[in-house]
Amino acid sequence: MLNPISLAFKKTKKEMRPALITYTVAGDSSKKQSLEILKAISNYADILEVGVPHNTPVADGGQIQTSAYRAIKNGIKMNDIFEIVSDFKKSKNSKPVIFMGYYNMIFQYGENNFIKQCKKSGVNGLIVVDLPWPENKVFSKKCKKNSINFIQLLSPTTSNKRLKSITKDSHDMIYYISMLSTTGGKLKESPKKILANYKKIKYINPKKNCVIGFGITEKTISNFKNTDGLVVGSQICKEITRSLSSRQNPVINVSKLVSKLRKKIS
Amino acid sequence: MKLKKGIPVIDQADKLGFWGGKFGGNFVPETLKKPIEDLEKQFNKLKSNKKFIKERDKYFKNWIGTPTRFIKLNNLTRHVGGAQIWSKVVSDANGGAHKIYNATVHCLLAKRSGKKVIIGDTGAGYAGKMLSMAAKKFGLKCKIFMGAKDIYRQQPNVKAMKKNGADVIPVYSGSQTLVDAVSECMRYWVANCDTTAMCVGSTVGPAIFVRICGWSTSQISRELKVQLMNEFGDIPKKIKLYNCVGGGSSSFGFWNEFMDYDKKQVEFIGVEAGGPAKSKRHAAPLTYGSKIGILHGAAQYVNQNNDGQIEETESISAGLDYPGISPLHCFLKDTKRARYTAASDEEALKAYQTVTKYENLRPSLEPSHAFSVAIKEAKRLSKDTIVIINSCGDAYKDRGILEKKLGKKYVKSN
Repeated sequence: MLNPISLAFKKTKKEMRPALITYTVAGDSSKKQSLEILKAISNYADILEVGVPHNTPVADGGQIQTSAYRAIKNGIKMNDIFEIVSDFKKSKNSKPVIFMGYYNMIFQYGENNFIKQCKKSGVNGLIVVDLPWPENKVFSKKCKKNSINFIQLLSPTTSNKRLKSITKDSHDMIYYISMLSTTGGKLKESPKKILANYKKIKYINPKKNCVIGFGITEKTISNFKNTDGLVVGSQICKEITRSLSSRQNPVINVSKLVSKLRKKIS
Repeated sequence: MKLKKGIPVIDQADKLGFWGGKFGGNFVPETLKKPIEDLEKQFNKLKSNKKFIKERDKYFKNWIGTPTRFIKLNNLTRHVGGAQIWSKVVSDANGGAHKIYNATVHCLLAKRSGKKVIIGDTGAGYAGKMLSMAAKKFGLKCKIFMGAKDIYRQQPNVKAMKKNGADVIPVYSGSQTLVDAVSECMRYWVANCDTTAMCVGSTVGPAIFVRICGWSTSQISRELKVQLMNEFGDIPKKIKLYNCVGGGSSSFGFWNEFMDYDKKQVEFIGVEAGGPAKSKRHAAPLTYGSKIGILHGAAQYVNQNNDGQIEETESISAGLDYPGISPLHCFLKDTKRARYTAASDEEALKAYQTVTKYENLRPSLEPSHAFSVAIKEAKRLSKDTIVIINSCGDAYKDRGILEKKLGKKYVKSN
C-alpha cells in the first residue's frame, strides 16, 4: 500500500501539475488559529508542512522566525502540536502532514517516543533541518520502520557523490533547497539553473518525488510547473503577520493566498 | 568515557565529530555540509604543516605579542594568606583578550582558501573586535553579528570594531545576546557560504570550529608551560588553573598543554557565570546540571526547557552569557579531568574590587568570576600550592557597567 504522501504525488501527477506543499508554523498565532488555517488551506494544498517552532533556528529567515517566536510566546508545546495534527486529521478534508523542525525538539522528546506520537496523531513525514546525512541514518531507518517518511534535504552545495548516497538512502520524497539562503530569501538563482539541478536529482532516481523549496512565492511559482512539487512557506508566514498587524483574519487571507498559488500551477 | 593520553583533545573526536561519543557533532543544515567539509580538509592538512605553523607563530609573536606575562600577585597572595597566587595576563595580547588567537588563525585560513569576506559572532565584543583587527590586517572584509543588548552594554568594543572597518550587525531576535548573535551569524553563512568564511568566536558550533578555536587558544598553555619551567625549574607539584568558562575558549587554551598531567598535580577549575544571586537564569550549564541538547550545531549540556527550547540566560558579563558550553568542556567534565563551579555577578564584582585594590591588574568581568573562586579557595590551600588565574580580558570594555555598579570614583581611581 502506498503511503499518503506518495498517494498525494500520484494524484497530482495524474492531474499533470506539481503538488502544492504549504508550510505554516504550529501554534501561529495560537493553537486554535493554526488548526483553522490548516483546515482552510487543505482545500487547495496537497501536502501540509507543519513547522515545529524552535527558538534558535539556524536555517530560517525573518518571516518564519517571527511566526515561530509568536507561537512560542503564546505558549505552544510539543504535545499541543501533536494535538493540532490529530484534530486536523479528524477533519473531513485532511491531507498528509509533514513536520519540519530542528533535532533538539525530537531529541528531548526521545526519538522513539516522538515517532510513536507522530504515528498516533497522524504525522506522515519528517523534515529535520539540522540532522543531515549521514548523521540521520539511524533515525531515518527508525522512521521508515514506522511508515513515516524521513525526507532528506539536498542543496546546491551537495556534491554529486553525496547526491547519490543521500538519494539512495531517501524514502519516497526528497526536498531540494533551491539556493544558498535561509528560508524566505529572494530567489537569487535563475529558475533555469534550479531546474537543471532538479533534473540532475531526478536523473539519479526518477521514482523519487522531488520537491523544490526556498524562494518559491506567488511571483516565482509558475516557473516551476514541471516538477513533482513546490513548497511555499515564508510568504504564508508573512501573510499571517500582515493580517495580524492590520487586524484582519489570517485564516481568510492565508486561504486566499494558497488558492492563488494553486491556480498558478494548475 | 575516557580521555586519551598523548593525543590532543581536539583530535579525540570520532569520525562524526563527537567527543566521548556524545558531545559535539555536526547538527547543521545540508547547505553547510560542504563548506564545513572543505574547512575540515584544509585545517587537517595545515595543522601539521610546518610552513603554516611558522606563519602562525610569526603573527602570534610579532603582531599579537607572545608570550603574554606570567606574574606573581604578591600583594593578593599576602592578603589572602594561603596558596601562592599567580596570573597569566593574557589580556596583554594585542587587542586585550585571548580572542585574538582564534581570529588570527581563521583569517589565515580564509585568506588561503581565497575568501574575501569573514563573518563572526560576538558577545562581550572581544571576539568581534579581534576578528575585525585580524580581518583588517589580512585585507578581508568583515561583518560582526552582535546582540542588541550586548551592543548597548559593551560600547568600547563596538567602537573599536567600527574603527577597524567592520560592519556591526545588531541582532534583535530572542534575548538579543550572544546566543542570538551566533544563530544569526550561522544563518548568514548558510546564505553566503560560497563567498564568505565564518569564524565562530569560541570553542562552540560544529566540530571543526571547536577544533580550530581550541587549537588556536592553546598558545596560552604552550607559553605557560615554558614560563613555569623558567620560574620553578620544573612543573610544580601542586598547580591549580582557574579560568572562567562561557563558551570555553580561553579555559581550554589555558589547560590544553597540561591535559596529560595527573589532576592531583595540575588541577583545572572552570568557573561559570551564576548570574545575579538567586537568579534561575544562570549561564552555568555544567555547574547546575543542565541536560544534553543541541545548540548551534553541537550536542552539549545546555539550559533548556522540557520541550527543547533554549533558555535565556542572565549574567553581568556578556562574554559568559551563553546557555550552552563547549563540547570539549562537557567531555572534560564527564571524564572528570576538570572541575566546574560558578560565581555570581556580585561575587565577580567583589573579586574585581579586591584584585584592583591589591594589584596593578584589571581583569574584565569574565576573569573576575575566576578570581572570585580562586581567592576563596586559595585561602584554604598550602603555601606550596601554585594557584594561577587566567586574566583573559581587560576591564576597559566594562567601564560602563563598573561605573554603574561600583561608582565613578572607583573606576577612575583604577
